[in-house]
Amino acid sequence: MLLLQTILSGVLIGLVYALVAVGLTLIFGVMDIVNFAHGEFLMLGMYASFWGFALWKLDPLFTLPLTALLLFGVGAALYRVVIRRITDAPMLSQIFTTFGLMILFRGLAQYFWSPDFRSVEGSVLTGKVAFAGLQFGLPQVVAALGAVATSGAVWWFLRSTRLGAALEATAADKEAAALMGIDAQKMFALAWGLGAACAGVAGALLSTTFPIFPEVGASFILFAFVLVALGGFGSVAGAFWAGILVGVVEVVGGFLWDPAYKLVLVLSLYLLVVWLRPQGLMGKA
Amino acid sequence: MSRAAAGRAVGLAALVLAAVFPLVVRSATWQNTVILMLMVAQLGVAWNILGGYAGQVSLGHAVFFGTGAYVSTLLALRFGITPWVGMFAGAGVSAALAVVIGWPCFRLKGHYFAMATIAVGEIVQAVVNGWELLGGAVGLSLPLQNTGFWFMVFNRSKLPYHYIALGLLLFTLGVNWLVTRSHVGYYLRAIKDEPDAARSLGVSLTRYKLYAIALSSGLAAMGGTLYAQKELLIDPGSTLSTSLSIKMSLVAIMGGVGTLAGPVIGAVLLTTIEEASRLGFGGTGRGTDMVVYGLLIVVIAVYQPAGVLGWVKQRFPPKAAPAAPGPGGAR
Repeated sequence: MLLLQTILSGVLIGLVYALVAVGLTLIFGVMDIVNFAHGEFLMLGMYASFWGFALWKLDPLFTLPLTALLLFGVGAALYRVVIRRITDAPMLSQIFTTFGLMILFRGLAQYFWSPDFRSVEGSVLTGKVAFAGLQFGLPQVVAALGAVATSGAVWWFLRSTRLGAALEATAADKEAAALMGIDAQKMFALAWGLGAACAGVAGALLSTTFPIFPEVGASFILFAFVLVALGGFGSVAGAFWAGILVGVVEVVGGFLWDPAYKLVLVLSLYLLVVWLRPQGLMGKA
Repeated sequence: MSRAAAGRAVGLAALVLAAVFPLVVRSATWQNTVILMLMVAQLGVAWNILGGYAGQVSLGHAVFFGTGAYVSTLLALRFGITPWVGMFAGAGVSAALAVVIGWPCFRLKGHYFAMATIAVGEIVQAVVNGWELLGGAVGLSLPLQNTGFWFMVFNRSKLPYHYIALGLLLFTLGVNWLVTRSHVGYYLRAIKDEPDAARSLGVSLTRYKLYAIALSSGLAAMGGTLYAQKELLIDPGSTLSTSLSIKMSLVAIMGGVGTLAGPVIGAVLLTTIEEASRLGFGGTGRGTDMVVYGLLIVVIAVYQPAGVLGWVKQRFPPKAAPAAPGPGGAR
């Protein structure tokens, strides 16, 4: 019973990891750029929730759509201002642009909001959910459900809308998509907007249970990278399933073994998979 | 004056400047900053052999730096072996470790390789954090009693560290120069630019990548030993962190990847930016230094992706047929 409880807790946190990674893999799939500043989108989402709550007593769950919109704007604007200029640059300069952005965002957060740990206290999301003898925190359950809903919405958008199809077409072949009249610039901005919004929603969902501070993104970015590579760079479905897998391995590993080594366990699993299957679990070869 | 000759002149001037600097400037803060610069430059040059010349972007080089620091420190603490021997022992262990890590990781390309090296780095850091023999998260400290050249511990003046760092940098540049002049250097560049063509000509890609990582990691480990001797305290956070790995590559990129002098120029630039923003804005405790530092990295990466030497190349195109590149020369 305890083991089942642990496995399901792993699934719950894994679904939130998955949402962060879905945004990252979307950006990668469309542009071949690994965004080191992705954890900072999550951090901004957390702060947006925090300020909504601290200033206007608006619950993070209530401001969630606004947070998503705000982060969409941040992502798209970042593309227009910075990323647009490095689309065709070598991989190294791309890595360092987003790495610089990561430091910049952390610095800005510290400048405006101080390095103090903040938390949202007294949200509507408190208490426990009991189900068939198992018990989970309500915030964790809601975060997981919100993450599934958002990942599902992204998946549906890519599969079933014209705009989503255009995005997928750009990811598959930039030149061919351009010949079909798809504006690549718009698609890239859309990918960055959506990617940032996914991370922002994850931040909002985590804001009721996680401390909020400028460097909080660092705790998630490594896992997001692992999920993206594990699922296959650019594969949204791959990142989603990898998220659940990693969440379970992390929590069950920490439970059965030493919690200090759960990171080692997750990263070793990742190395093993990419060694056997360099394209990841669901990536294209 | 041709560009190669100008490069040689600048390199020589920089060497003279570096040699007399601590004799002229007596401020301990400034001396320390310059030692830091030399050490970072040495690591950048070491990283560049794998990341720049062979084009295999490693973001886990702190593993090798840390190996050097831990091996020489353990040998000194347990067996009283001088760090001068420990330095080469560390380089050997590091090179062996690099081959073990490189063998599976070289199956991966581009982003996949870079991500895998981050993962390896994080794994090693987490393991050392929990490893009693290596002092765990607290780390290891060297005793201050045994001072002098033999123990590579100097407490009265920082001067000896300056010249050891300078010597190590010159040694690393020398090794790098020899590599670029040998057939290995040509193969590495071929692997970077035209991997398929190189393979079809019978060049074993994995073998030469392994040469590059062994050399690169061994040199980085020597820098690790020097760091341990200078600080006398090593822990996983300061010797094995991913941010250290990123810094090694960052200086190479700022100066110019795949060039001899690039990482040195990048190290001077990056250390100056870091120290200036820390001194100028760090006191506020509000992250202004991070804002300035981050912004500058973005601006350089976006507007001058080929680094300082790339800019020089654009600004001063070679007039005649390029002469043989000299050490420290802009190419």
